[in-house]
Amino acid sequence: MPSRRMIVLGGLGTAGALVVGYALWPSHRLERADKLAAKPGERFVANWIKISPDNSVTVVVPHCDMGTGIYTALPQMAAEELDADWSTVHVEAAPPDPLFANGSLAEGFILASRHMTGDQIPAFLRGTVANTFRTIASYMDLQVTGGSSAVRATGVYGMRVAGAAAREMLVKAAAARWNVATAECTTKSNHVLHAASGKSLGYGELAAEAATYSPSPTPALKPKSAYTLVGKPIPRVDIPEKVNGVTNYGLDVQVPGMSYAAIKISPVFGGKLKAVSVGDVSKMRGVQKIVQLDDAVVVVADRYWRARDAVEALNPVFDNGANGGVTSATITSRRMAALKSADLKSDLKTGSGADALSGGRIVEATYQVPYLAHATMEPMNATALFKDGKLEVWSGTQDGLGARAQCAKTAKLDMENVTYHLLPMGGGFGRRLPGFFNFLDYAVKTAMAMPGTPVKLIFSREEDMQHDFYRPNVMSHFRAALDAKGMPIAWANDYTTDGGADTEAHIDYGIPNQEIRYVKVPTHVPTGPWRSVEASWHGFFIESFVDELAHAANIDPVAYRLQLLADKPRHAEVVRQVAARAGWGTPLPKGKARGIAMVESFETIVAHVVEIEIAPDGRLKVDRVVSAVDCGMAVNPDGLKAQIEGGIIYGLSAALFGEITIDKGAVMQQSFPDYDVVRLAQCPTIEVHIVESGAALGGAGEPGTPPIAPAVTNAIFAATGIRVRELPLKNVSLASSRPQSARL
Amino acid sequence: MSFLLKVNGTVHEVDVEHDAPLLWVLRDELGLTGTKFGCGISACGACTVHVNGVATRSCVTAVSNVVGTDITTIEGLGAGGLTPVQQAWIDHQVPQCGYCQSGMIMAVSALLAKNPSPSDDELASSITNICRCGTYPRLRAAVHSLAKA
Repeated sequence: MPSRRMIVLGGLGTAGALVVGYALWPSHRLERADKLAAKPGERFVANWIKISPDNSVTVVVPHCDMGTGIYTALPQMAAEELDADWSTVHVEAAPPDPLFANGSLAEGFILASRHMTGDQIPAFLRGTVANTFRTIASYMDLQVTGGSSAVRATGVYGMRVAGAAAREMLVKAAAARWNVATAECTTKSNHVLHAASGKSLGYGELAAEAATYSPSPTPALKPKSAYTLVGKPIPRVDIPEKVNGVTNYGLDVQVPGMSYAAIKISPVFGGKLKAVSVGDVSKMRGVQKIVQLDDAVVVVADRYWRARDAVEALNPVFDNGANGGVTSATITSRRMAALKSADLKSDLKTGSGADALSGGRIVEATYQVPYLAHATMEPMNATALFKDGKLEVWSGTQDGLGARAQCAKTAKLDMENVTYHLLPMGGGFGRRLPGFFNFLDYAVKTAMAMPGTPVKLIFSREEDMQHDFYRPNVMSHFRAALDAKGMPIAWANDYTTDGGADTEAHIDYGIPNQEIRYVKVPTHVPTGPWRSVEASWHGFFIESFVDELAHAANIDPVAYRLQLLADKPRHAEVVRQVAARAGWGTPLPKGKARGIAMVESFETIVAHVVEIEIAPDGRLKVDRVVSAVDCGMAVNPDGLKAQIEGGIIYGLSAALFGEITIDKGAVMQQSFPDYDVVRLAQCPTIEVHIVESGAALGGAGEPGTPPIAPAVTNAIFAATGIRVRELPLKNVSLASSRPQSARL
Repeated sequence: MSFLLKVNGTVHEVDVEHDAPLLWVLRDELGLTGTKFGCGISACGACTVHVNGVATRSCVTAVSNVVGTDITTIEGLGAGGLTPVQQAWIDHQVPQCGYCQSGMIMAVSALLAKNPSPSDDELASSITNICRCGTYPRLRAAVHSLAKA
């Protein structure tokens, strides 16, 4: 029997074509969609698009909102092809039903994506796709929002096609009614027009007839020159309800008769609950039940603060298992040993690989980054009700369908008996992707211990920080050989990984002999995707080391990169643009310096030039970030800029402060004081410049993050001669710096 | 114990412990969920409300300490229509996930009532709320646009 992948690939003549056909629904599925998600009078005419009798259009978005603007950008793409007036477009979240899954899109997109070959799964979906595809037999699909994929997968292969197909069906319906050729009909502002007769019909009147036609999997798409909505900075539809407290996040859900739960999980990952001395805690005001789980204890009370106070009064004893002695230092030693071991496996070899290191001048360096928590503003939480053999769950996740599947699995129920209400998230950044749903598991198990009572389980900030799925702590050891002109002839990179080979370890620079190897060093610390995933560390490593090579060659870092990007015109243009916009090479006052870094991730190229200032006492201030971004085309330029700004600040928090350390097998940090982040006082001014190359769309949510750390540390080197090879910067003293003549 | 709390102009009677945190009383007793829980230790500012017009982190504010005060939450701030701060937040497309924005808007509104045109430094020293999405540059632009208005 052919594998699922073969079936999909078999039909993938050109990237995306089958995906579209796969995703579009035949009419019997539209009827099911009407039952699931249409209000009286509304009819589905194609995927995700509903038309009302008053001609208004509703776009059903099969993703969750975590603030990235996709509830605006995706409907923009559908409305563009549908020729809908934006003022008539409404937006709704898709129900977590397989019918609205974007899994087939995501799967085809992954396979079509140029980085994907063979068994590779992109890092953003590692643990996600792997898990979900394994459960596909029973649950069909996924509704993932992650990997900067919504606009370039659902948007490009889904929304645009659905909008265009719907438009064609509406035209067919009108043409049939008028008994004219479809070619004589045009569309504008939710109407089909027939110029010759002057007739016009609204989409609302045509919707029912249109739905009887089969949607074309390959409808004619508009040329970019005809766009009126895509490419415009349309204000985000979700913002008005976010300035007056109306947006109903997972934490805000109100279920009649609801109780509240607070949890204490084994501090050591993998530990087990051994004993709980309940004492007088069960008599504390409002306490309803103390639930002992495998690795945690939960207190359910009538109010959250009472549950929290009660759980803090408990003194649970955990069996730490084999990991109670693990520290950050023991993990680092293991990684260093692994890099020197015979366990390294080949990731990539070009030319003579590392053999070419025998000639030329050798530069060598080792880099390391720590574990990082996501620290979303909304702590992990979920509300669950188990009643009469059925489960109902409310929560914000990056995959409503995956969340529903996970709840069913935890409760040992069929999907049909699980209702999942997907709510907006107070931040995602990868934390709320499937595979990392520990908060759902605890909420479901607690609810099942209290049948008939809805229970809202909320992680304290401390539990949220100590039971995350962390950005891995990883290392890279580089060696390069430079020729007489200082240009690299060989590049070797040995890196540790928690998973398999990382595609982001591959470089865009033209170096003839490359050898990239990896070694897997699993630890008991759970890891997961963190905004920009692998690129968050490989970007820092590679861009720092390239900068080292430029300085070793005594060549300007921008000029050096441009020489190495001779075969990468898009990358080179981004570097040129950011350098020009930032005034690279112009004089700066004493104590200030610039640094540059460029990283391609999620098919988007981003370069930042950072201006820093170091006070005589060593205090670092990041003053200004100038950014250039090429994601092909900006669907919503203002939304793109916001995402790049956010990506920069998220990455800057990590570069300056971010560090999760392990002691006695557990996370040492608890909350924002000891896991600090950028606030207004540390926030630089940011300018984002969009480079419209017209290439295939890249992502927006993540690519702003990877270049920020190396741009800052490269600037630090320019200012001080100190090469920062380990983050975060809070651990690095810049006070003893010897000011170098800054020639940048 | 029973306490009378005046929230958004309405007096509510709540039967809670004297040290019950105002945040959770607002959310769970009064159903005013616009005020958010972020850290519980006054480190992040997501729970910021006004107590007699002063920006106050409600997660560490005991109910007994705010009896007899005027408490305003995000729900009360724009009850008579969007305030200029809220409108500026829309105009400058400030929020992303939006979770911290209730607290941000409350904190900024209290600051601007005292200092209508803060410098960047004054803004940074007064507004220490955390936003993980990174909306600070737009927040800054929105505040400065209000100063110019």
